[in-house]
Amino acid sequence: MSDENTQDQAGGETDTFDLWVAGTEEPQFQPTDEGRQEISEHESEDRLAAQFGRVVEDDYVFDEDADDDERMIVNMGPQHPSTHGVLRLQIELEGEIIRRTRPIIGYLHTGMEKTAEQLNYAQGPTNVTRMDYLSPLHEELAYSLAVERLLGVEVPPRAAAIRILMTELNRISSHLVALATNGLDIGALSMMIYGFREREAILAFFEKATGLRMNHNYIRPGGVAADLPPGWKDDVAAILKEMPVRLQEYDDLLKENPVWLSRTRDVGIIQAEEAIAYSITGPPLRASGVDWDIRKVFPYSGIDQYEFDVPLGERGDVYDRYRVKVEEIEESLKIVEQVMDSMPKGNYRIDDRKITPPPRARIDESMEALIHHFKLFTEGFKVPAGETYVAVESPRGELGCYLVADGGPMPWRMHTRAPSFYNLQGLPIAMADSLVADTVATIASMDPVMGDVDR
Amino acid sequence: MSPVLEDLKEQFEAVVWEDSHGQDVARVPADAWFSFAGAAKEAGFEICGDVTAVDWMRLRPERFEVVANLVSMQHRIRLRMITSVGREDPTIASLTPLWPGANFAEREVYDMFGIEFEGHPDLTRILMPDDWEGHPLRKDFGVGSVPVQFKQAHQVS
Repeated sequence: MSDENTQDQAGGETDTFDLWVAGTEEPQFQPTDEGRQEISEHESEDRLAAQFGRVVEDDYVFDEDADDDERMIVNMGPQHPSTHGVLRLQIELEGEIIRRTRPIIGYLHTGMEKTAEQLNYAQGPTNVTRMDYLSPLHEELAYSLAVERLLGVEVPPRAAAIRILMTELNRISSHLVALATNGLDIGALSMMIYGFREREAILAFFEKATGLRMNHNYIRPGGVAADLPPGWKDDVAAILKEMPVRLQEYDDLLKENPVWLSRTRDVGIIQAEEAIAYSITGPPLRASGVDWDIRKVFPYSGIDQYEFDVPLGERGDVYDRYRVKVEEIEESLKIVEQVMDSMPKGNYRIDDRKITPPPRARIDESMEALIHHFKLFTEGFKVPAGETYVAVESPRGELGCYLVADGGPMPWRMHTRAPSFYNLQGLPIAMADSLVADTVATIASMDPVMGDVDR
Repeated sequence: MSPVLEDLKEQFEAVVWEDSHGQDVARVPADAWFSFAGAAKEAGFEICGDVTAVDWMRLRPERFEVVANLVSMQHRIRLRMITSVGREDPTIASLTPLWPGANFAEREVYDMFGIEFEGHPDLTRILMPDDWEGHPLRKDFGVGSVPVQFKQAHQVS
């Protein structure tokens, strides 16, 4: 990296800030100094190195020239409407420019990894589903895949297809919330209402299929909790029909909106090198132009048999992150449609009674079924000793589950690689040397879910 | 095993290689932790995906295991490196100088397990309050309980 990049950054070739001037026939771009995002020539080598991720001293380096009196530390949060939960930021300001940011987290820490050690493998999904409350099905999927890999079992094709159907729908609903809150934070209030409205249609389907709008506990080791409800195809088809219309509406609202563009273009830039160095995954990484999607690289649950593209951004700014999310919704719709058309027949969970409970009717007639049922819901099933790591692509990035089994009915250690936790490390880089007014736009575009960050 | 890993295998003889459910695992001696990670980064592992730890209490002679998940974008492979850290004064070299992304993860391990990372720029608690005593994910840290109010209350007939 670096020389070229630095040159590019410092050279000032890129326009600073483009402003569309009303009343002209063609958009005429006038560079202004407001919202200047790139590192200017007089930046010290130290700070450049820190911003490119070559040096990590304390995330970034102070500008030694500035007087202490010129700096002010502002605490934002943890109780703040646009911090997406209980994120606290210590922001060091020099006038209106952010010099240094320190995310302070842990306000929502509930020790779920410790709790997981007290719950057996069948109870585990009830715990992990509460971590990332906007994409609970992905959490359940990662956990279930890890348990299944340790058990050495493979779920039936229908169970795998249901899992893909539900997680991709979940991706849409999660991205809708991201778009909605992103819009709200920047001032596009209608986007907030639209996003939550469309999400409701998906949550209604989730409620029909799983019994709950959130915290489903639907994907479990060995398959899924229940088969899809009767008439599910109509519901999914209705969502598939509705969403493209709505997406067009969002595009009309935001895509070329000059106010939206001026609030998001070239704001909160994360370079590809920085994103990789700071382990950022998911839409923020792809918005920087890095083609990296777990669904393509390390496919799970047979997602490689469906056709979809990986949308990429170019500049890695707030606008690109918004675009990537919108386009990912379109791609997820493609996957959902393919799954719906090719849904295999068969069992929705494995037939091994040591892992999945027997059907309710069997308990009345079979002693073995009763015993299996009793054992499963008191002791749970045992998993052979071993350790494994399984990753899925959650709406926020690589969601991994590191599971260590000691041969008993409870995990010896369960660790979740939370994408929001790692993506939050990119926040100080994205915010360094930007205006304080752009803070909320940058936070919203990183889409952190504090339940996922703090666990 | 991928040729990238074969090269690493030749460079470090003390590392024990395992196949854990189809995933490549390198059990690295604690003193080679940083140099092995550096060689892995040279070999093309651009991302340190995750750093975590496991507390084995009395089940193993070395109490803690530190686990790092590396990802190579160019070779599209994963590598898990695991090392053991002793009970007394658990210390290991930090990977943050190599991968800045390991910063938060190592702070979390320090917070939750009390494992010190040498060379970490800002080793402070991250999830628990700064004045918290103990390290919650250690096996000898109790889960705690909430006192139940009104336990002695009179029964309402």
